[in-house]
Amino acid sequence: MTEAMRLDGIRAGRLGADDLARNFSDLHEPFDAHEAMVAADRCYFCHDAPCITACPTDIDIPMFIRQIQTGMPETAAKTIFDQNILGGMCARVCPTETLCEEVCVREVAEGKPVEIGRLQRFATDAMMAAGEHPFTRAPETGKSVAVVGAGPAGLACAHRLALHGHSVTLFDARPKAGGLNEYGIAAYKTPGGYAQAEVDWLLKIGGITVETGRALRDSLALDQLRADHDAVFLGIGLGGVGALGLAGEDLAGTANAVDFIATLRQQDDLTQLPIGRHVVVIGGGMTAVDAAVQSKLLGAETVTIAYRRGRDRMPASRYEQDLAASHGVRLMFGVIPHAIHGDDRLREVELAYVGDDMAPTGETLRLPADQLFRAIGQKLIAVEGLATERGKIAVTGAGRTSLPGVWAGGDCAAGGEDLTVTAVAEGRDAAEDIHAALSA
Amino acid sequence: MADLTSTFVGIKSPNPFWLASAPPTDKEYNVRRAFKAGWGGVVWKTLGAEGPPVVNVNGPRYGAIYGADRRLLGLNNIELITDRPLQTNLDEIKSVKRDFPDRAMVVSIMVPCEEDAWRAILPRVEETGADGIELNFGCPHGMSERGMGAAVGQVPEYIEMVTRWCKQYTRMPVIVKLTPNITDVRKPAAAAKRGGADAVSLINTINSITSVNLDTMSPEPSIDGKGSHGGYCGPAVKPIALSMVSEIARDPETHGMPISGIGGVTTWRDAAEFMSLGAGNVQVCTAVMTYGFKIVDEMTAGLSRWMDEKGYRSVDEVVGRAVPNVTDWQYLNLNYVAKARISQDDCIKCGRCYAACEDTSHQAISMSADRTFEVIDAECVACNLCVDVCPVENCITMERLAPGTVDARTGKVVEAEPADWTTHPNNPGAVAAE
Repeated sequence: MTEAMRLDGIRAGRLGADDLARNFSDLHEPFDAHEAMVAADRCYFCHDAPCITACPTDIDIPMFIRQIQTGMPETAAKTIFDQNILGGMCARVCPTETLCEEVCVREVAEGKPVEIGRLQRFATDAMMAAGEHPFTRAPETGKSVAVVGAGPAGLACAHRLALHGHSVTLFDARPKAGGLNEYGIAAYKTPGGYAQAEVDWLLKIGGITVETGRALRDSLALDQLRADHDAVFLGIGLGGVGALGLAGEDLAGTANAVDFIATLRQQDDLTQLPIGRHVVVIGGGMTAVDAAVQSKLLGAETVTIAYRRGRDRMPASRYEQDLAASHGVRLMFGVIPHAIHGDDRLREVELAYVGDDMAPTGETLRLPADQLFRAIGQKLIAVEGLATERGKIAVTGAGRTSLPGVWAGGDCAAGGEDLTVTAVAEGRDAAEDIHAALSA
Repeated sequence: MADLTSTFVGIKSPNPFWLASAPPTDKEYNVRRAFKAGWGGVVWKTLGAEGPPVVNVNGPRYGAIYGADRRLLGLNNIELITDRPLQTNLDEIKSVKRDFPDRAMVVSIMVPCEEDAWRAILPRVEETGADGIELNFGCPHGMSERGMGAAVGQVPEYIEMVTRWCKQYTRMPVIVKLTPNITDVRKPAAAAKRGGADAVSLINTINSITSVNLDTMSPEPSIDGKGSHGGYCGPAVKPIALSMVSEIARDPETHGMPISGIGGVTTWRDAAEFMSLGAGNVQVCTAVMTYGFKIVDEMTAGLSRWMDEKGYRSVDEVVGRAVPNVTDWQYLNLNYVAKARISQDDCIKCGRCYAACEDTSHQAISMSADRTFEVIDAECVACNLCVDVCPVENCITMERLAPGTVDARTGKVVEAEPADWTTHPNNPGAVAAE
């Protein structure tokens, strides 16, 4: 602990540049060639493998691992990219412990899965390091598609459409493409500017024009997009953040976790990024964990995640929970925010204990807090004219919305988990459906 | 993209990967699935003469040996040729070939060493539309006790005789499958050529007992307490097969005769190695029996990428490319001097190189108190044992000493000009250099 960590308030420079560099380096070091060989050798090449079934993008995992075994990481990468053009990012951010690796027969048998995520990174890094893009665009079809949102769903959709020869205009509200890969994931999961490098690599397919700073509402009207293009895909994510509904929620020191993470991700010099001495994060998902762990890594003295339900109901996986705990984040279960205390700025967060039925027990707890991050889930900013289902864009089949010629996928669309890999699958499948429709 | 299409003795297939005559090719169900998975061709499991089908044991017919983590390295079997009626097989062959005209369909045959027996079966096979036949002169168990299989393959005169009959009674290309259970594989290969064979395929399986049950004192696989030698195959036999293929490829008498390479082919790399040593295509069995038909995707993708990287446009550009580099020991360059080099960055300090060198080789590796292992150039003969036992690939490498430098072991300056045993002063039969 540094002395600066014990200074009250929200301030920058709690840790020095060296500590910060170490804290925000790769969460998992990449495999070297020898480690990759040893890890790959553990794969049994299972028939109809459970890991493939567990992957939302159906990557042929035993095949790509076998290709690594045979000394061909590039062919392994091709196997991955055939199914998931963002296979490099997914190798870094997928909760593999609840997907492929959870059902690996060696996890089931020995409690030690084949390290699929790290092997996937080994393969995809090999091809991207060589600057090779393994796909060639089909001849121009003369059709144009507007893809709104350059996050995982939009990127996957745009790439697949371009591959089939369609012209794609890819819009994004932010200054950079990448969506949550660029703005919404813990920095230590994707260091080294990987998100932008991946976007640049993906765009090598050609036929994709990127227009940033274009949000669907401000300068883009859905009607106009439908008029100008042969099809529209919406991968706009969830732009709204829920409020706690407590007095004092606008006090200095309170913020949305997604905004904190976005700011952190765009900060070149982390010694200049302020963080509170005491931080409380409300929520229980990956965003809560990412915000909490990164608060700790920036030098906060105490960080508490307050989640309303029990540990077993927490959306963040046990692996993520343990990651937080190992960094010194305190996990509290069965508590809800009860009151926010402070005058000029946030001073304390008061939590109320609740039972399984969410009814308060009457007991409360006051935590010192300089900073409060809301991570209680994001909401769709409604798009006029589109039917919704449980707060998201209603879709049928491969992302068909209620409007003809308009598809949607990723977090903004109903169905599927809000994961990068799910968004990729939905974007890809929508692209195939759009392609079929345009080819008809 | 490299062109993987293959033409072997006039038989075309979309890739050079065929399934060998074995259990995977015993029936229509399997072969259809193999073709759908992408295999370029099959050699249908060996057909016998018309009559009561052969019978198999009703207990274990396979045995195995394993590497670390129970990875299957070698498989042996005591299964015989097809035990299904001849006509059933013929009907199925015809049906599959009709539906997959672009795939190679070769039929393996083993009938008694009598001209009439071969004359009887050949037209019936030809009638299926099959592309060629493979003569099973290799099966080392069971059938050999009845004067067929390896019993024929071990007598060059019989090979020549039967091959000649086949060339006489069918228009189909004839591939002679050779047994490795002989002393010099060039002899049966030459006999096949004299008999008019279009090609040879090798190796068939090797006589083997995989293990002994020390409680029952029965060899494995055990049938009611007794075992019989089986035919050994899988990754463990690859080096034997590669050598035999290369011998046929470089022997003046058989050089240029098409070879179908068999023996432990598991990955694209194995296939490329067989082809570089003269095989026009490869046949696979144990790898699919271990992992399923799907592995062909790895083989085609890997071979294609490797060929692209090397600039080989077609399979034929690979075939035989390493054959000129297979030579006799007496022609190896004795002025090539190397030393082992241990990368301290990669070393994990297990000490296996030290144990191997200190106990069984030339005491050319030193070990310090902190477990640093270093090569002693004055002792190192570059035997490669340390490289072979090191668990980390490329941690220990062999570095060639540049001409003009002094070999610390011999004290002699390394010469630039190659020189081999044929001119060496210690060789009583040396020819003086001109």
